[in-house]
Amino acid sequence: MMSEVPSENAEIEDEVIDTEAPLPLDAWHRARGARMVAFAGYAMPIQYEGIMAEHLWTREQAGLFDVSHMGQVLFTGEGAAQALEVMLPGEIQALKAGQMRYSLLLNEEGGILDDLMITRRADDLYMVVNGATKYDDIGTFRDELPDAVTINFLEDQALIALQGPKAVDALARIVPGVEALFFMQAAGFAWHETPLWISRSGYTGEDGFEISVPADAVVALVEAIAAQPEVKPIGLGARDSLRLEAGLPLYGHDLDENANPVIADLTFAIQKRRRAEGGFHGAETILHQLAEGAPSKRVGLTVAGRMPVREGAKLYQGDALVGTVTSGGFAPSVNAPIAMGYVTVNLAIAGTALEAEVRGKRVPVTVASMPFIPHRYHRKGAAK
Amino acid sequence: MSRYFTEDHEWIDVDGEVGTVGITEYAQEQLGDIVFVEVPEEGKELAKGDDAAVVESVKAASDIYAPVSGTVLEGNSDLADEPALVNTSPEEDGWFFKLTLSDAEELEGLMDESAYQAFVSKL
Repeated sequence: MMSEVPSENAEIEDEVIDTEAPLPLDAWHRARGARMVAFAGYAMPIQYEGIMAEHLWTREQAGLFDVSHMGQVLFTGEGAAQALEVMLPGEIQALKAGQMRYSLLLNEEGGILDDLMITRRADDLYMVVNGATKYDDIGTFRDELPDAVTINFLEDQALIALQGPKAVDALARIVPGVEALFFMQAAGFAWHETPLWISRSGYTGEDGFEISVPADAVVALVEAIAAQPEVKPIGLGARDSLRLEAGLPLYGHDLDENANPVIADLTFAIQKRRRAEGGFHGAETILHQLAEGAPSKRVGLTVAGRMPVREGAKLYQGDALVGTVTSGGFAPSVNAPIAMGYVTVNLAIAGTALEAEVRGKRVPVTVASMPFIPHRYHRKGAAK
Repeated sequence: MSRYFTEDHEWIDVDGEVGTVGITEYAQEQLGDIVFVEVPEEGKELAKGDDAAVVESVKAASDIYAPVSGTVLEGNSDLADEPALVNTSPEEDGWFFKLTLSDAEELEGLMDESAYQAFVSKL
């Protein structure tokens, strides 16, 4: 055994050679007993005590994630927001200071090059992009943005996330004031002498925070956070199962250049003014599909029985090939296998019965609305 | 009864013509939480090295190979309800399948317990 089944497993350990210098928390993870794997060009912790326990801990308490492989980029200069809107279909110009938004980097046809978070700050726009795509993204920005916009890749900043219903209690003890942030808000804080940029956001479906911290201070900060009784370090394995339950797509698996925001069912990321005005890559196709429907759509799938249906599994309705699974696995909080994939649009309706092919056998699956586990974000104006 | 090991971290207990196959403590530790096991059906003919079973952890599916050739007598039906037996008791209750050996000489290519421990210690 130990040779993983080809084409249905590429969930976590992307076949990227470990070429980069170690991330700033590398030794900290190893000292904590993490199992390290190659991911996005870095050695990253896949698990500490076990994916199942780490996943459930995050849903009940608070999980500390190292996401320092992700790219942090600043944009400054006259017209930066307007210039970015050529590549991003979201409303960037109207973002207020301290407000952030999920968006997509599009190629000229509207295909998705990356998904990202962008925040307006007092003097710049702060963006977080995926680790595996960050250098390509920066190349795209350099090629396409006008000279008046300066791109600053923050290579000396680490990024950590604290996620879960107790995250606010744990972090507010260390950085008082963070509890005042609502979901998708961000602000600067200071921890002793260290400047922190903290947002109330994350990729688990839980309440929580993401913290940008200078790399030379990150070990001390995670020591302080991990010392809180609610907090355990959590690896990439649970990060993947948590985001899958939350219905959140993973770039390179659920999203790629073959998908546009309509096909990927991410039309919430195209705000009203952008729908009316267009003016972004692929707008003609995207706005047409927004009105008339796209040929296929990203959906959730529940799986009958206990056997996981994984990335690459083909989806059938009778003899007709109708789609492909792009992420799948065992969902610890659902206590059953779940999956995400693309199906032809007429089948993208919750309740539609299909079959997935796994190792030559058909497994009944059902199109399901996402998330699989309700989001528990700390939204402004929401009843507590 | 003798126990043999493969470099792919399967073990096989041999009692007369019958072998019982599972994965080692080292293997279960590497795989992490097991959520599903697919065992071979009775009567299936396996050649040494064939894909014989599949074990699924939260994150990935892995093949279990036949350590020797033979005919499957039974799969461990307890694993359908409790796949985590592979984690909690990999070298006893969490066995995968039993088979009738067709060529006992194939066992000579496998490791004994001390050779396997030495092999694992170098990984």
